[in-house]
This record gives sequence, C-alpha cells and structure tokens, in this order.
Amino acid sequence: MNFNTLLDIGQKELARQKKYQRRIFCCTSTACLSAGAGQVHTTLDQAVAACKCDEYEAEVVKTGCMGLCSDGPLVRVEEQEKDPILYGNINPDLAQHIVSRHVPLGELEEDTDSEEQDQSVTPHDIIHYRASLRRAQTKKDLDNNIISLDLPFFTKQVKVVLNETGRINPDKLEDYLAHGGYKALAHVLDKMTPEEVCNEILESDLRGRGGAGFPTGLKWNYVRQESAENKFVIVNGDEGDPGAYMDRTVMEDDPHRVLEGMMICAYAVGASYGYLYIRGEYPIAVDRIRKAIRAARQRKILGNSVLEKNFSFDADVRIGAGAFVCGEETALIHSVEGKRGMPRMRPPYPSKSGLWDAPTVINNVETMANVPSIINKGAEWYASIGTEKSKGTKVFALAGQLRNTGLIEVPMGITLREIVYDIGGGIPGDREFKAAQTGGPSGGCIPAEYLDSPVDYESLTKLGSIMGSGGLVIIDDSTNMPDFANFFMDFCVDESCGKCIPCRVGTVQIRKLLDKINAGEGKPEDLEKLDKLCQLVKKTSLCGLGQSAPNPVLSTMKYFQNEYDSLIQPSQTFEGGAS
Amino acid sequence: MTIQNSNDEQTHPSGDERYSSIDRTMKQFEYEKDSLLEVLNAAQEVFGYLSRDLLIYISNQLNVPMSQVFGVATFYHMFTFEPQGEHNCIICKGTACHVKGADRIIEALSEEFSIAAGETTSDGLFSLTIARCLGSCGLAPVIVLDGQVYGKETPEAASMRAVEAVSRSKEKIAQSMEVG
Repeated sequence: MNFNTLLDIGQKELARQKKYQRRIFCCTSTACLSAGAGQVHTTLDQAVAACKCDEYEAEVVKTGCMGLCSDGPLVRVEEQEKDPILYGNINPDLAQHIVSRHVPLGELEEDTDSEEQDQSVTPHDIIHYRASLRRAQTKKDLDNNIISLDLPFFTKQVKVVLNETGRINPDKLEDYLAHGGYKALAHVLDKMTPEEVCNEILESDLRGRGGAGFPTGLKWNYVRQESAENKFVIVNGDEGDPGAYMDRTVMEDDPHRVLEGMMICAYAVGASYGYLYIRGEYPIAVDRIRKAIRAARQRKILGNSVLEKNFSFDADVRIGAGAFVCGEETALIHSVEGKRGMPRMRPPYPSKSGLWDAPTVINNVETMANVPSIINKGAEWYASIGTEKSKGTKVFALAGQLRNTGLIEVPMGITLREIVYDIGGGIPGDREFKAAQTGGPSGGCIPAEYLDSPVDYESLTKLGSIMGSGGLVIIDDSTNMPDFANFFMDFCVDESCGKCIPCRVGTVQIRKLLDKINAGEGKPEDLEKLDKLCQLVKKTSLCGLGQSAPNPVLSTMKYFQNEYDSLIQPSQTFEGGAS
Repeated sequence: MTIQNSNDEQTHPSGDERYSSIDRTMKQFEYEKDSLLEVLNAAQEVFGYLSRDLLIYISNQLNVPMSQVFGVATFYHMFTFEPQGEHNCIICKGTACHVKGADRIIEALSEEFSIAAGETTSDGLFSLTIARCLGSCGLAPVIVLDGQVYGKETPEAASMRAVEAVSRSKEKIAQSMEVG
C-alpha cells in the first residue's frame, strides 16, 4: 500500500469525524481506568445509543490520557463551533448527565424492537435510560465537574510528544492517519537519504529522553556508519522508576507514533528488524502496541517494501519481567536475548556490538515519539523550543503533594516554580513545598531555594539530581528526608543485579548506615562514612544503576544536612564523667 | 525418555490443558532458546506461579539447561514460585504512594492478617504483595485488590475491603462444608 492510499484513508476518517455534531472523548488511560473510566465509557456509549437521535448527533470516542490524572475519570465534549468542555471526576451517573446535557433526545419509534438486532442494549434498557436521561436534564450539579481549559495546568504546556494523546483512539490506525500519521515516514522514505535523516535529528539537538541525554542523532550516525548485515532498533519501554509513567502513556495512547519514530530510525541506520521492550507491569501498553503492529502489518506499513518503497522493516514486542536494571541498555539487550538482565562493560557500545552482537540503536519511547514531529516540522522548529543545550520538550509524570497531578509536557528550561505552582497548582492544605524529587532512585531532591532554576539536563545535574526519564515527585514538609533517602536506597538494594561489588555490597552498607542514623543511633563519624561510601559506589560501579544509586542520599545530605545532624548522637565526651 | 512428543495435542503427560497454551507460545517462537523469557512470562500468566515441574518442562522443551531456566526465572521480580492466595492485595510502593502513606496501609494489612508483605496466609486465602509502582501516581496511594484498583486509599478502608473479601470466601467454605 503506498502513502497516497493511506492519505485517502486518513482523509476519509477525518471527513467522517467532521460529520458529527459533537464528539464525546472519554479517557481510558491506566490512571482513569483505575478511577472507573471503563464504566463511564460504557455508560456514555449506552446513553448515546438510548438517545435515538440522528446518527451524526454524537460519537463517543475512547482516547488516551488527557493529563489531569488527579481529577479522573475525564470526559471532554467537543461540539461544532463551540469551545470544548472538560469534565472531571465523572462516574457513570454523571456520565448520563453529560449525555443529557449535550445530546438531544430523538423520537422513539414504535417498532424499535424489530430493529434491535446487533445491540447489546435491549429495548427495555433504552426506555430505562431515556427516563433517567430526562431526569438528569433537570439537575444542574454537573457544573461543579467542569474543569476550565484556561487553567495554567493546560496553557503552560507545549505538546509535541503528547500532541495526539487524548484526541485520538489509540486502537484505530485510521484516527492516527487522520491526524497526519505516517506522513513523516513517507517523507523520509521518499525524499531523504539515511544520512540526511541522521543529520536532521542531529541538527534538532534531540537528546535521549531516558535520562542520560546522549544526542540521538550522534547515536544513529554511529550505527549507520557500521557495515553489518544485520542491525537492530530497540525501543526501551522498561520504565522502572517508581513515580514515572510517561512512556507507558505514550505507548498506550499513541502507539503508532512510537512505531513511526522507530521506523524512521530503522531507515536512518539501516536496520530491518526491531523490538519494543515493554515493562511487564504495563499490560494495556503491551496490548495496544501489539494491536498497532498488527494494524500496521495489515496496511503494509510494516513488512516488506514499506509503503511500496525499497525499505523493509518489521517489529515485535518483548515483555520485561520486572527488573529495574533492564533500563540499562546492555542489560536490556541481554533480557531481549532471553537471559538474566545484567549489564556488561562498555565499550563495545551497543552501536558497535549490541543485540546478538549486531550494531543496535536503543532509544527510549519518548525519544522515538519526538522523531515524527521533528521530521514533519523541521529540525529548526524543534531547536527553537527549549534552552541552549536542551532542546524541545520533556514529558513529566507530576505526582506527590500537589493540587494537580498527572502527565504534563513542558518546554525545556521552564522553571520548577512554574511547574509546581502554576501547573501543579501548589501544595494543598497549609503545608509548604520542601523539595522536588526528579529522576527517581537515580536522581535527587531539589530544595525550595532552587525553585527558580530552569529544568534542563545541565541545571539538574549541577544541582546533584538528574533529568531522568521524567518522574517528578513533589514533597511537602511532612516528609522526613533521611527516611526518604532510605526509601530509594531500599529500592536500589532490591534492584541491584549483583554483578559488581560496589553496587551489590555498597548499597546494602549505605542502607545499614541510613537505618542506624534513622534509628537515632548514628555517630558523627557515620555521616562522614556515609558520604565516603556514596562517593565510592558512585565512582566504581559498573553501570548507571550503581553509579547513580547514591544520588538520593548525597542530594538530601547536601540540602537537608540539618535533618541528618538532628538524628546524630553527639560524640561521648569525658567531661563530668571523670572522677 | 524425554517429555518431548511429536504429537502437539498431548505434549504433557499430566493431561493438564494449561501446558498446551505454553506449547503454543514455544511453537510461535520456534523453540528458540532466546524465547525463554517470553515462555516464562506465558507460564506465569497461565499457572499463576512457576512450579519446579513447570520449569523442568520448559527446560526440556527449549533444550536450555535447568540451571539457566532457574537463573533467569529467579532474576526477575514478576515470577513467583509459590501459589498465590485466593485473594491478592497488591500495594503500590512507588514514590508518590510512599509519600502519601503506603507504608501505613501495608502495616494495617500485615497486622490484620498476621503476615509480612510478600507472604500468604496459612489458609491460602490472602496474599499481600508489594508493587514497585503501578503508575497511577495521580491516585496515590493505590492498592489493587483482586484486580480492582482503589485510589486515594486509607489503611482503614483497605483493611475493611480485604477482610470483607476473605470473609466471603470463608462463608462459602463453611456453607459447602454444611452441604457436604
């Protein structure tokens, strides 16, 4: 199938969507599903069916994340020539109210019974529904559930990766095509050489969104220059940081975008097969990516001669089984090969010798999801967003002690203050902001005095934290920092793969010291010991897990020294005791 | 004699049909040694835990040494080697849930059922499991009881839900005993 045929499919879908007077979008991302969105979606569907109005009066669309997860389940109504309305905290009851408020009731025909063949709704259900819809019309309490789209939570964001999430049905390839899907791939295959693609990405200054921030274009170029029969592309969806769910959301809600980015990468480096390595705890993401792969194969987007061009590529899913260390690229490769996910010494880097010793590109989900937009809008456009050294946007999973929590995408260089107080809406209750934790167990805590520093790779590293993959947890003054540091150390002890001694033994000893200090039994020299040990583990561990494991301890010791000091027993002196 | 059998329909002598679903996965991967992790994933899903027999079977079928099968299976957290309780409560211990008091929920349930996290009650009715992060941080603290997710949970509500679920099972057992 060539791209013009796909374009037609997209246009047809767009025309079909435009026929509807109103479209009711229901978020079915993991967070909203946890809050009961499944039932809300069913109710919306049944209520609209029960209205018996003209076919094009309303359509219920199952979408991905709309961002404000703390107010889920979310429902957005877009009526023609009207501003969209977002409703939060919707339950099945309120879902009926939404339908009664927006969708007109049609005439109930006498002989409906005979026409109801394929419906899951019986005529009795319909009568029941219509009665409750009429009752709902008289109630006004839905107003309390309206969330203003003018809130800074929405207006301060810049959407690149999340542009279509919450707007399209992730299970429908046609919907992605209607929103310009696979246009970038077609353009690349048609008009650009692999070298040009690598250069375009290099010029955009896109850096790895997994945390380390290595320039993506450079990585691709290394692999492109390797002459090998087989090359591979791996998308790293093993998002193991507690408090981070950006990659899951992109895979769940816009799976074709990830596939498209992956295919552009494959073309640029000369790979013909790829794997999406997805965390086992993400069944919905696995399911939706698999569906996307099947749909893409059906339309001949994946397979031999992609879009009738001289390029073949296919992809498969590999499921991780719960090991944080598999986020490290060499460990991930071992896991894809069906082995224990342990890292190895680098060099050789995967770009030279990766999966089954073939040159391999490994990029994080979010990195790949940026690629189609860069191709479509140009490297210059992308590089115009962000700071001098960190370009583009970053998706964060905003969580913790905040009014608004959820998934946000912000331009690089935005200040922490803007994220916490404008987007996050500040700290609830009469509590005060204490620290922002970025980068999960590999990152650190940033205290209030640095609220005005920009969020980019360099600034965060300078503050002793890291950008990380995008977990951003805000903590208030009710949290005790030495205990918080211990929480992360607990995690690292559990997740250390055991291959190198500094990490395997060092993390355990750090935790022992922290336990001692937290129990109020620490001596002044223990703090010194703790610091030395942290430096040692940081400098001598084999992989990123060990090298960054002490960060939560070091950063809390640096900024909240007084909390550690207050737990320390003063050294015993001889005054008074001597006779 | 090996367990391998050319007849696909009856690969496992026990006649347990769940084995055929694992056979399908292995067949799909053409019995490649590299598919070990995928096969273990399928086995965990179908059986709920990996018994010794199951691991031996996979080792034979894929022609991978038992030591390696065991090594891989024990490396990853998602594999369990004991059957789970009839009711399972997963408590998220991600950063957001930790900050919002997940520990207190774990304590409450441990106390209620007198088991530590990761254990199952002696009557096999209740398991308490810790998850690293369920990724519903906006709803923290989060628990999953028998597949149903509860957000913004309190220790009291969690205990109540779990006790209710378990006492329903106990009633059922008592009823069946009476009937018997």
